[in-house]
Amino acid sequence: MSTVILLAVTGLGLGALYFLVASGLSLIYGVMRILNFAHGAFLTVGGYLGYEVGVHAGVHARSWPVFVVMLAVGAIAGTILAMLVEILLIRRLYQREIEQVLVTVGLGLAAVALVTGIWGPDTRPMPSPSWMARTTSIIGAAVPNVCFACIAASVVVLIALQFLLARTRYGLIIRAGVENRSMVAALGIDVRRTFTAVFMLGGGLAGFGGVLTALYNSALSPAMGDSLLIFAFIVVVIGGLGSVTGSAIAAAAVAILQQFANYYTTSGVGDLIVVAALAAVLLVRPGGLSGRQVRLA
Amino acid sequence: MTATDDALRQPETAVSMTQPEGRAGVQRLLRRMAVVAIGVLAALLPQLQVSVPGVLPGPTWTPGSLQLLAVCLLIGALAATYNLVFAVTGMLSFGHALYFALGCYVFAMLLGHARLPLVPAALLTLCIGTVITLVVGLISLRVTGIAFAMVTLAFAQAGSVLVLRNVHGLTGGEEGLGLVPAPLPTWLVGVDNTQNLYWIALAVAVVVLAAVGWIVGSRAGHVMMAVRDNELRVRVLGIRPYVVRLISFTAAGALATLIGMAYLLVQGGANPQITTSSFTLTLLVMVVLGGLGSRWGAVVGGVTYTLLDQRLGVLAASEHVTTLPAPLRVPLSQPTFILGALFVIVVLFLPGGLTGFVARLTGRTDNAPLTELSEAESR
Repeated sequence: MSTVILLAVTGLGLGALYFLVASGLSLIYGVMRILNFAHGAFLTVGGYLGYEVGVHAGVHARSWPVFVVMLAVGAIAGTILAMLVEILLIRRLYQREIEQVLVTVGLGLAAVALVTGIWGPDTRPMPSPSWMARTTSIIGAAVPNVCFACIAASVVVLIALQFLLARTRYGLIIRAGVENRSMVAALGIDVRRTFTAVFMLGGGLAGFGGVLTALYNSALSPAMGDSLLIFAFIVVVIGGLGSVTGSAIAAAAVAILQQFANYYTTSGVGDLIVVAALAAVLLVRPGGLSGRQVRLA
Repeated sequence: MTATDDALRQPETAVSMTQPEGRAGVQRLLRRMAVVAIGVLAALLPQLQVSVPGVLPGPTWTPGSLQLLAVCLLIGALAATYNLVFAVTGMLSFGHALYFALGCYVFAMLLGHARLPLVPAALLTLCIGTVITLVVGLISLRVTGIAFAMVTLAFAQAGSVLVLRNVHGLTGGEEGLGLVPAPLPTWLVGVDNTQNLYWIALAVAVVVLAAVGWIVGSRAGHVMMAVRDNELRVRVLGIRPYVVRLISFTAAGALATLIGMAYLLVQGGANPQITTSSFTLTLLVMVVLGGLGSRWGAVVGGVTYTLLDQRLGVLAASEHVTTLPAPLRVPLSQPTFILGALFVIVVLFLPGGLTGFVARLTGRTDNAPLTELSEAESR
């Protein structure tokens, strides 16, 4: 029983990380029709800058204020990076979606290589508050506290995103953009500013997720973004491109499935089952679980 | 329409272009002669002493240079097969590395674990590769566009996971799989026989390029381009795009398996790096770098990428770079960074890739980057 609870909570923690990456990817794809291959790089850069904060804080690295600063630095780094990429590169290629994807591919390769050049290819231990490293007992299961932090952060992000999308004017424009982009432009709304904003939002979530991913693994490496990105892509497609709620549900489902399968069979089977689940979902409902028709890119 | 737009749209215009019959005939003859001349030169390289400082580690007859050239040829041919899927048929597959890796690993396992002789192992590997490509194609082509890209990516990821998990020690995990215990004929083993490996690589590259050219020029190739340009119209004509896509996908996968086998022999082992999704992404980079739409462009892209990747690594370790201040040294020490940045620049500023750029410099903007497509049309 305790194993089941442990697997469920750590699975949810992993799902929370998937959600942070996938929700941004999903919104970016929904509004801009770009599959952002640089998203993993945003995550990695955010994680490493958060790590730098922790290292420079020295003995204070285990205090809460430093932890908050780490998360903030990761999120801000992701946001700024995404803004620069959008304005300098993506904007030049509006209406040419294949080339936009290609630019993000090149950028992802270059950014990860640069991170490898600066911090080296090896994994490094991540400084974190001492509470994070401890465990809490739930009905006999010793659950690492970092899982709760990830889940809490994701729930806050989910609620904030829902509020943004459902209650604000910007959210209205984003939702309208997902439904029908040309109509939004025809109504005289500056779609370009929305594009930049959505890209920055996604980048910020990825940078924020990068710090949390490093904490969850209690280590970070240049490849961490890209390995997470693949599962985030799977989550986005299963959840339905452009749907935040779909991403949240799919992220939790995929991560828990993966966690249980990896534990009860040999390690690696969970990853294969997730792939099989993706194939099954796409063949039965090509629009993903949220049921929206996938547009051809 | 801007310049970059042209690069992607060019196939359409190239197909609709009609050339005067006589001039096209002479051009085709010249082009064939040039191709044959390059092929003969490539075949003679192990017997020649040509030094290209900075590009090759030594004269062309040395094993180091021959191995690098063999890898270049194979990766160039692999890029040409990816070009068939991506640029000719218009399918954005993120799993093409899987079929290449399949050739490499299955061949290594049949030789090393099952201890089959060379030729039966090669034939069996080709069959397995073709069947697996066909099955993956049957499933993943049920969807198109981005969903297709994701499914192929997922299958490739599954392959990568399988290789890395090293089930029953079959794939060697992160260590890779060596060719050491395999019962290979003596003429394939040892540094002295590098030239034989080079000739194998050359033969495979020639076969693959000829096959890709034949497919593109055939009626099936025409329909593939038609599916890319206007799927609805193909449907209206009574042809099922699904079948056309499946043919293109399976043919490219089978050819990639063949290249993978030669790659195993040339490298003397299978490396898990080639199973990763980033390897497929580098294939995409090569095709775009060389120039979309033409198999020769893809070959140029593949060879350029491989050479740059190898030689930039050597440059990074040289004194010119290691003595630089950190802000310059760090980016220059990472070949992938330079290649990624170069790729972004090509996408932004050089529509048509390297071949398109050269063609524009020599003033042959009309048909040069996509000769193959216009050639296919004029047949």
